Amino acid sequence: MQELFQQLANGIAWGSIYALIALGYTMVYGILRLINFAHGDVYMVGAFAAYYLALATGAGGAAASLPMALLVLLGSMLVCALVGMLIEFLAYRPVRRSSRLTALITAIGVSLFLENVGLRVFGADPKFFPQLIPPKRITLAGGIMVTNHQITVVVVSILLMVALTLFIQRTKTGKAMRAVAFHRDAASLMGIPVNRIITITFAIGSALAAAAGVLVGLTNPKIEPLMGIMPGIKAFVAAVLGGIGSIPGAVIGGLVMGVSEYLVVGYVSSTYRDAIAFVILILVLLIRPAGLLGRNVAEKV
Amino acid sequence: MIRSLRPLSLAALLVAAIALMAGCAKQSNEIVIGEYGSLTGTTATFGISSKNGIELYLDNLNAAGGIGGTKVKVIVEDDQSKPEEAATAVNKLVDQDGVIAVLGEVASSRSMAAAPICQQSGVPMISPSSTNPKVTEIGDYIFRVCFIDPFQGQMIAKFAKEKLGLTKAAVFRDIKNDYSVGLASYFTDAYHALGGTIVADAAYSEGDQDFKAQLTVIKSKKPQVLIVPGYYTEVGLIARQAREMGLDVPMVGGDGWVSDKLIEIGQDALNGCYHVNHYWEEDPNPAIQKFVTEYKSRYNAKPDGLAALAYDAAGVLTSALDRLRTEDPAAFKALLGPRNDAQKSARAKLRDRIASTKDYPGVTGRITLDAARNAVKPAVFVGIKNGKYEFVAAVEP
Amino acid sequence: MSPRKSSFARGLRWVAAALALSLGVDRLAVQWINPYFYRILVLCGLNVMLALSLNLVNGITGQFSIGHAGFMAVGAYASAAFTVYAVPQLFGVGPDASGLVIVGPLLLALLVGGLTSAAAGFLVGLPSMRLRGDYLAIVTLGFGEIIRVVILNIDAVGGARGFAGIPRRTDLAWVIAGALTTWVVLRNVLRSYHGRAFLAIREDEIAAEALGVPTTRYKVTAFVIAAFFAGVAGALFAHYTYLHTNSFTFMKSIEVIVMVVLGGMGSLLGSVLGATVLTALPEALRFASSERLIIYSLLLIVLMIARPQGILGKTEGKRGK
Repeated sequence: MQELFQQLANGIAWGSIYALIALGYTMVYGILRLINFAHGDVYMVGAFAAYYLALATGAGGAAASLPMALLVLLGSMLVCALVGMLIEFLAYRPVRRSSRLTALITAIGVSLFLENVGLRVFGADPKFFPQLIPPKRITLAGGIMVTNHQITVVVVSILLMVALTLFIQRTKTGKAMRAVAFHRDAASLMGIPVNRIITITFAIGSALAAAAGVLVGLTNPKIEPLMGIMPGIKAFVAAVLGGIGSIPGAVIGGLVMGVSEYLVVGYVSSTYRDAIAFVILILVLLIRPAGLLGRNVAEKV
Repeated sequence: MIRSLRPLSLAALLVAAIALMAGCAKQSNEIVIGEYGSLTGTTATFGISSKNGIELYLDNLNAAGGIGGTKVKVIVEDDQSKPEEAATAVNKLVDQDGVIAVLGEVASSRSMAAAPICQQSGVPMISPSSTNPKVTEIGDYIFRVCFIDPFQGQMIAKFAKEKLGLTKAAVFRDIKNDYSVGLASYFTDAYHALGGTIVADAAYSEGDQDFKAQLTVIKSKKPQVLIVPGYYTEVGLIARQAREMGLDVPMVGGDGWVSDKLIEIGQDALNGCYHVNHYWEEDPNPAIQKFVTEYKSRYNAKPDGLAALAYDAAGVLTSALDRLRTEDPAAFKALLGPRNDAQKSARAKLRDRIASTKDYPGVTGRITLDAARNAVKPAVFVGIKNGKYEFVAAVEP
Repeated sequence: MSPRKSSFARGLRWVAAALALSLGVDRLAVQWINPYFYRILVLCGLNVMLALSLNLVNGITGQFSIGHAGFMAVGAYASAAFTVYAVPQLFGVGPDASGLVIVGPLLLALLVGGLTSAAAGFLVGLPSMRLRGDYLAIVTLGFGEIIRVVILNIDAVGGARGFAGIPRRTDLAWVIAGALTTWVVLRNVLRSYHGRAFLAIREDEIAAEALGVPTTRYKVTAFVIAAFFAGVAGALFAHYTYLHTNSFTFMKSIEVIVMVVLGGMGSLLGSVLGATVLTALPEALRFASSERLIIYSLLLIVLMIARPQGILGKTEGKRGK
């Protein structure tokens, strides 16, 4: 029984990472109906941006402290927001009115580009992510062992998700984002600067992916340029599971993905760890395509 | 009918264009050898390490005048971490570039793809790090300078059972990596034969970042030792996460652990762990110190096991070439010439010289090639204490 | 002469000509070009089969399949297992056999590979009933990954160590015959009534459904046919070079996609062109091998932005417009 709770605890910490990445997917899909294949690689860029920032500022060694860690986090979020906006402007905007297959292939191209430029620039060898916060083992009730890093991951994720929800629900820009997601042309007719809203959406989604990258660097301090492929796909499945376009859905989807991955690896077989994501996807799409929290959007003829 | 011919003629034209661009092997004053490795793709880091090791050795050799005045040139081809590309690369090296010997590869699957081509063409091939016994079984032109899985698996089993005195082991292998799978299976057999029990057998995939799910299960089976026959790229994280979960038993691994990244990533989590190494880093042997220092200054990192083995593969090949030069100068000269029967028999003689390698002083140990063309050399077990290596035991073959 | 008889005779003449061509080119190649170029021709022919078959799904029917390497893997491993385990028992043809006696067993192995892969294609095509484009893409991607993981866990076919012991039976003649067959079959499908149905689904699926085209049946059929030929290509591959799952990763699927996109989605000749260029060019540009993937990715992006119809466009020749 203790083993089960241990798996659940680890699964929740890991699932928070998926949730953060899934948020970016769901926001972009809601607005553009595009699976941003490159999103997982933006997560990777975030981890590396934080890595170089930490090395440059010494945040990983002598100067390790909470304010420095926050600085690194915000710095990498900023870098990735810029990267996301650049990708949208250069690669996705020209194909916005093209067919879905065209846009999908463009996204695959961007993803490949980021991965291979990363391999070239950062090098193929894995790097050790500096310890922004010194690690500590913590024993919870029932003998469950977690680390302070895992708790940090869950807390930061919750904070970011709450901030995002408040932003979407309470601010004018957030309202504009919801409008563009609902009906792009009508929103444009209402005077909403659609291009700018899309750019902002990409910026926020990419920043969240960067945060996920930094948090992963904390708990699993090995980073390499191909690290974003699998988490990206799984986060996409999480977004679909929760209901694509729904922000609380992405959160729930991420947690479910994390926990089920742990349960499958622990009790079924570790070789099917990646396969479970696709099985979940197929099940969701066949049984309830709108996802857990999504609305069923009828296809207009 | 005509339409069906068009695509074919297009293909033929393109290939002909490439043929025109290519030169043909001609008389030169350099020994030309080939190297194939995964310089791109998922295992790029291993291919690049090997390339560095070979490059370092050959540059030093050429700077000192080469083999009796003849320089050695190496043509490097990338196989993108794919077996079929390894075969294509070796085809190019052997048939297009006319190399007289080939160095490569790390992954046994890629060596298996390329070896038949070398064997068929009579071009000696030395693999620096392929550990699957089947590689050298392909033919008598195929050699290796590393341990084979059965030997290393048995060494690790003996070490865990007899030196550490631990009878209950958990095995955690990389299901996607042939080195890990092979080593794990030979370890398991040997450990059973020595009377040990395997209480847990779990798997991960190379590239995985999170192992806590499997470690939770392993912990519940209460092993006394955790055997991780994988590569350093994952072992550091595995050690950290194991300790984070309260799994504090010693971990033992093979030569795939060898890299300065191991302790960089694993840090204190690796205290009390052991692994097989080819050399003992603080070994006062000047050749080893020279290698480590030069590699570090040139490539900004301490050499990993793959670089060291590649360095020795280049050394074994060139020392065999040197012996050929002194014992049969005519044959050596033929190696510099075009691809003809004289060169073919010269390559056969080179093969014989390689096969008779005895006590070659490599940085990975004194290498002797046995009748199965595998390396026979002592191994070293090192332990990690306070983030530093310490010598534990040497195992004679 | 009655029409039926003449078309049969024509078919027979075609088969004879194709065989003569395949064998002739192979003998010439063995005689005149070095093994390296020979190998490139073989790999080129296999890629032609893969690109043509993927074109049926992505280009002609407008579906999103990005796991094509999975079908190749299924065909490769199924045929290899057949040759290694079943053929010696059934036909007494061991791995060292050579000459005419291997023709039958190899043909059978190719069929086994193709049919197993076609069955897989059926399974993958089924979800297309409910799934919209992007989601179908992820499912096909997932299939490619799952099939690799499953194969890695089957010890009987080698797992992570690869499948050793498969006799090398494929040569350029077989590959050319395979490529020609794929080309002719797909070209005939495209020209037929069924071809128009596939194209209709690509252009506007809802309108096609409204006009009475059984879209799901056609979509699944596209997957099945494409998977069959990919499986045969995989089977030929397995009997040519060392078999290991690392040859069937997502990267391989992407390479085939680039070939189809470059040549023109919907143009069969374009797929042949794309496959040829993208097999031969990386060999010629080996010095730039570390930049190869960066170039591919930029190529994809630029093509999609500037010329999404590829070199030869979306339709075959003058037909259609």
